[in-house]
Amino acid sequence: MILRDSENSGTFKDVWVLAEFAGGKVHKVTYELLGAAKKLSDKLLRKKSRVVCLVLGEGAGTKAEKFFHYCADVVITVDDSSLKTFNDTVYASVISRLVKKYKPEILISGATSRGRSIMPRVAVLVETGLTADCTGLNIEEGTGLLLQTRPAYGGNIIATIKCEHHRPQMSTVRQGVFKAPVPDNSGTGEVIEEIVLEAEKKTRISVIEESFGEDKGINLSDADIIVTGGRGVKGPKGFDMIAELAQALKGAVGASRAAVDSGWISYTHQVGQTGRTVQPKIYIACGVSGQIQHLTGMQSSGFIIAINKDAEAPIMKLADVAVVGDLFEVIPEIIKLLKSG
Amino acid sequence: MKIVVCVKQVPGTTNVSIDPETKRLIREGVEIVMNPFDAYALEEGVLLCEKHGGEVIALSMGPKHAELTLREALAYGADRVILLNDRALGGSDTFATSYTLSQAIRKIGDVDLVICGKQAIDGDTAQVGPGIAAHLGWPQAAYVSGLIKSDDSGLTVERMHEAGNDTCVIKLPAVLTVLKDINTPRMPALKRRLSSGKAEIPVWSASFIKADTAKTGLNGSPTRVVTTRKPAARDKHTIVLNGNAAGSASKLVKILRSRIKL
Ligand SMILES: Cc1cc2nc3c(=O)[nH]c(=O)nc-3n(C[C@H](O)[C@H](O)[C@H](O)COP(=O)(O)OP(=O)(O)OC[C@H]3O[C@@H](n4cnc5c(N)ncnc54)[C@H](O)[C@@H]3O)c2cc1C
Ligand SMILES: Cc1cc2nc3c(=O)[nH]c(=O)nc-3n(C[C@H](O)[C@H](O)[C@H](O)COP(=O)(O)OP(=O)(O)OC[C@H]3O[C@@H](n4cnc5c(N)ncnc54)[C@H](O)[C@@H]3O)c2cc1C
Repeated sequence: MILRDSENSGTFKDVWVLAEFAGGKVHKVTYELLGAAKKLSDKLLRKKSRVVCLVLGEGAGTKAEKFFHYCADVVITVDDSSLKTFNDTVYASVISRLVKKYKPEILISGATSRGRSIMPRVAVLVETGLTADCTGLNIEEGTGLLLQTRPAYGGNIIATIKCEHHRPQMSTVRQGVFKAPVPDNSGTGEVIEEIVLEAEKKTRISVIEESFGEDKGINLSDADIIVTGGRGVKGPKGFDMIAELAQALKGAVGASRAAVDSGWISYTHQVGQTGRTVQPKIYIACGVSGQIQHLTGMQSSGFIIAINKDAEAPIMKLADVAVVGDLFEVIPEIIKLLKSG
Repeated sequence: MKIVVCVKQVPGTTNVSIDPETKRLIREGVEIVMNPFDAYALEEGVLLCEKHGGEVIALSMGPKHAELTLREALAYGADRVILLNDRALGGSDTFATSYTLSQAIRKIGDVDLVICGKQAIDGDTAQVGPGIAAHLGWPQAAYVSGLIKSDDSGLTVERMHEAGNDTCVIKLPAVLTVLKDINTPRMPALKRRLSSGKAEIPVWSASFIKADTAKTGLNGSPTRVVTTRKPAARDKHTIVLNGNAAGSASKLVKILRSRIKL
């Protein structure tokens, strides 16, 4: 929505967070964003802005309470069977109608594949801007505008973006950027119940199956530890060893593109520019050289370990610990030590 | 099926530099290629037309030299191409870009399907595909990793999310954004390469697609990039373990145990 002068003075005021669920559970990025929203709304003092959590889904009505423990002042629930599966069209229609009705100053969601699918649709429907995949949000002193920081060019450029004349100011935010607040179990607030209009239920897309592959151990985005194999792993057999190490560390298996393209492991495991961007506490790269397209996807990991026989490989420069050696000798030793307790 | 594939010209490297004086990205002297994801979008369009008949139209908004990318699209199998080039379109953010592309799609007329790449490797937003769908009022499936079934009324696709996959049935007309595991693009035949080099590239203007210039270019863009900088270098000290395998493994496991509970 284009800002007109009359609207400048506070019609748009609250900070909204779109809650995300995965397999019925609240996605942790939602809590992180509620914490961020609290900080932003505190800086928008002039406007007395509140933190509003927008919760859509079948059964959403029963889920409001929890968000009050994580800084939400208001929870808007839309509980309807048409929201059972993630249908972009229905979700975006409902959200954009609510945005037009309540006029938030800021609307943020996780930069998950779902957030990044639905938010651009909402932004167009309400005619405002959207900043993608942010790694920083702040309020500019003086103007009160949202300063949105994001990597582009595969992480080689950090840009700061503003949305001056349109509201809400919208961004999708990467998981792990903000810390989830410590829950305050005494927190309470106002619940607003909204509905899905009949017209919004008519869509030309239906989700016939949703699967959450927890058991496959490939949920890279949530993993605290990722063990990645590259071309140096030499084949599917080598990946069995990588998987064994990952399992011993209760981690997930990642792969370089070279390994994926060789057909040793599926694309779901690929880390990098054309794969997943991950940010585990510990990232162990085995037989990966560390080309920029790979580094882009993992360089913000907490602690990086590289195992490579080439001491000069670029990944060895980036690593916190560089193990120079043959991975087929080193990894079995590590597994042995981990298993012996 | 009448299929529009959106292709973007991008720098061949993402390792760009910033002019210390103007603080702008240096684009001169950087090789220009077709966005790598868009080759998969094109291939999917070509596969669908091989099955159902129809045509693949590659559409790009960009500077004059985006012609090169459209020639590449012809070589990869597009039946025809359109370049949207107009001063009124410069400086577009994703809102304006998707609006402009959607106006061109309306102008083309009777389009059944729009296919975009998952994201462009420069802007990296992944917002243009869903934006086009919203402007047209069409359904969308983003992050599509596989096409399971297709007929004239609709598609069954698999879309990827962080924790697994969804299967969706989507009626046409619709917009897809595709990942690289959807197919393996074929190598352009030499004959196509040669003929694409000579092809006439039609250029459409903002007024030709009846674009409302309040929604195009820098003026029509709600967002502004206010600063760009290089990321801070990772300032750190690397511990190098270069002894024998058993020794390195035991040191490494000690370090691991000091950081996590195992
Ligand atoms: C547009 C584009 C997008 C891309 N996207 C991605 C992406 O998303 N993800 C990605 O990973 N790549 C991507 N790439 C590819 C990237 O440029 C590299 O080609 C790729 O990352 C290399 O994979 P690698 O490190 O496994 O293989 P290599 O570069 O071949 O490295 C193998 C390493 O293994 C080491 N090694 C070999 N044997 C052993 C042994 N026995 N013990 C220990 N070490 C050993 C070698 O010393 C070497 O360093 C992309 C490229 C392009 C152009
Ligand atoms: C550093 C930087 C950061 C930016 N951040 C933002 C931001 O956060 N929000 C925002 O709205 N804009 C942003 N922009 C502007 C944005 O890059 C441009 O609008 C660009 O034209 C489209 O966005 P993209 O490159 O991210 O494309 P994506 O949305 O990632 O592209 C996805 C697909 O859409 C199609 N496509 C995209 N552009 C075209 C085109 N010109 N012609 C044909 N098909 C196309 C292709 O199929 C492509 O694979 C940024 C620009 C820069 C330089």
